[in-house]
Amino acid sequence: MMRAPPAAGQSLPPVIEIRGLYTEFADLVVHRDINLDIEAGQMLGLVGGSGSGKTTLLREMVGLLAPSKGTVRLFGQSVLETDPRRRRALRRRFGMLFQQGALFSALSVFDNIAFPLRELHTLDEGMVADLVFLKLAMVELEARHARLMPAELSGGMVKRVALARALSLEPELLVLDEPTAGLDPDRSESFVKLLRMLQKELGFTVVMVTHDPETLAGLATRLAVLADQRIVACGTAAEVAAVDHPFVRNFFDSGRAAAAIRQQRI
Amino acid sequence: MTAATIDMVDEAGARQLVLAGDWRLATMPQPIAAFELRVRQLATDNPVWDLRPVSRLDSAGATLLWRAWGRQWPSSLILSVEHRALLERVAAISGDLEGAPAAHDALAWIAALGRLSLAGLRHLSEIVALIGQLVLDLCYLCRHPREMPWREFSANLYKSGARALPVIALIGFLIGIVLSYLSALQLKTFGADVFIVNLLGISIVRELGPMLVAVLVAGRSGSAMTAQIGVMRVTEEIDALATMGVSRSQRLLLPKVLALAVAMPLLVIWCSAAGIIGGMIAAKLQMGLSYAYFIDTLPRVVPVANVWIGLCKGLVFGVLIALIACHFGLRVKPNTESLSALTTSSVVCSITVAILVDAVFAVATRGLGLP
Repeated sequence: MMRAPPAAGQSLPPVIEIRGLYTEFADLVVHRDINLDIEAGQMLGLVGGSGSGKTTLLREMVGLLAPSKGTVRLFGQSVLETDPRRRRALRRRFGMLFQQGALFSALSVFDNIAFPLRELHTLDEGMVADLVFLKLAMVELEARHARLMPAELSGGMVKRVALARALSLEPELLVLDEPTAGLDPDRSESFVKLLRMLQKELGFTVVMVTHDPETLAGLATRLAVLADQRIVACGTAAEVAAVDHPFVRNFFDSGRAAAAIRQQRI
Repeated sequence: MTAATIDMVDEAGARQLVLAGDWRLATMPQPIAAFELRVRQLATDNPVWDLRPVSRLDSAGATLLWRAWGRQWPSSLILSVEHRALLERVAAISGDLEGAPAAHDALAWIAALGRLSLAGLRHLSEIVALIGQLVLDLCYLCRHPREMPWREFSANLYKSGARALPVIALIGFLIGIVLSYLSALQLKTFGADVFIVNLLGISIVRELGPMLVAVLVAGRSGSAMTAQIGVMRVTEEIDALATMGVSRSQRLLLPKVLALAVAMPLLVIWCSAAGIIGGMIAAKLQMGLSYAYFIDTLPRVVPVANVWIGLCKGLVFGVLIALIACHFGLRVKPNTESLSALTTSSVVCSITVAILVDAVFAVATRGLGLP
């Protein structure tokens, strides 16, 4: 991959460091020798055709799936850490927003957001409640929504609650799988705005997979393009656009993507 | 990352609290509840708060401070603009979710009992409505035989009938052996060895065969049906069917009920046969009763009415199990808790109803088939 290793003076390891990653399912090779570094504070959008293994790569980044070969390190630690305590500590440092929200359907909105906090076993209920209401306010929901069950929420609200839950442990890294899939353009735009505002405020690193050029343009500061089982381009939009690859050309030629990206900041 | 610290400085008579380090969820001293108490105690004599050395403050840290201050701004506070913004955000939250807890009601159990009976009645009336709907569907399909859902019917027949054969044969066979051994021990003491055929024949064909199959099918197919219909409801597949103009009762429920109505009597025969073979082998091993004698005696001592009673029970149990499974499946709400609770209810209810109906059968047929 094309990023220089961190300069000597920089002591922090990259938030995500992928080295020589291969993924194979039976005869199907999904990823071939993938290398990728994501530095703190970056907002990286992972793009690629459908079936190119974006979500698979995302799942490997957070340790839900073990790659066939190669390593994934989060904050300098292997994500497949076997020591349970270190593994838990590592997993508390990032939050993931699943495509369908993945809210616990048996728990109310309040309990969903409180769940990771209660799992710490170190906060009293009053503090948990204060934090839950704070997170709800952060994602622009009202206190009265806390009583609702996930089945009673609209699609946009599900995403917001899921985001509040992902943010409840003050993560340093937020992993988004199709953050705006299933939202109408209005909702999707306001959700992107919300994410950008929160990122500015809390300063977390973002990795996301998305199909939606608007989301990408509104949120990502860098792009990584996954095609032909490897990362064919990585960098700012201008850097990526300069790469000569059929998928990249196609991506930037499609009117919507180009217009969206030109308008915005990447 | 540095740990959160709090230092007390006495400067010109005024007490000053200097906070430093990362005031974040991960870096505050554990357990945080105890730390909060400590900060709260320090806050009592109204010191000057100096937050400038704090390198990072997150919402957990800000919430902790705000709570320690008793949800109000301290009289003297020195801090950066960003930290003030975060604290203001915390201060703006006034979540008041918990209403007053309901007063304890001494008569609550009566209300609970009433609710329970009403729920029972509601289930009953809904099942009756379901039966009515299925009868109407059946009449319609009789007039329009081309619309009969044969594929679904045969798929259900295969899943809940043919696939259940091995396990039912195994259970029937083992129960037959156990029953035969135990009875043989008792009969021997009376010298009534030959009556083993009567005993096994009547009890297995008339009672045990249908009951065993009912319990197994309720656990095996009833739960599967409830879960399947429930998940189809959760994922809106049933609504999708409806929008295509396909009746859910005709395509989804009726084939299940019909398949079990056909499969259960056949399974009862299969189970009874396995049980009798098991009993026969055990009788041979235990008492030396020859197979030829057993087979020869069986039709003489077990009137054929018993077989019909067994088949009837199988039919009725099958229809009831499928009806109850469908009924509970249709009541699943879109959450995991409801799915598991209703699947459990479905199986428990099917087995209970099967035993109740079995008792009714025992009373109603007491004059039939006993030599």
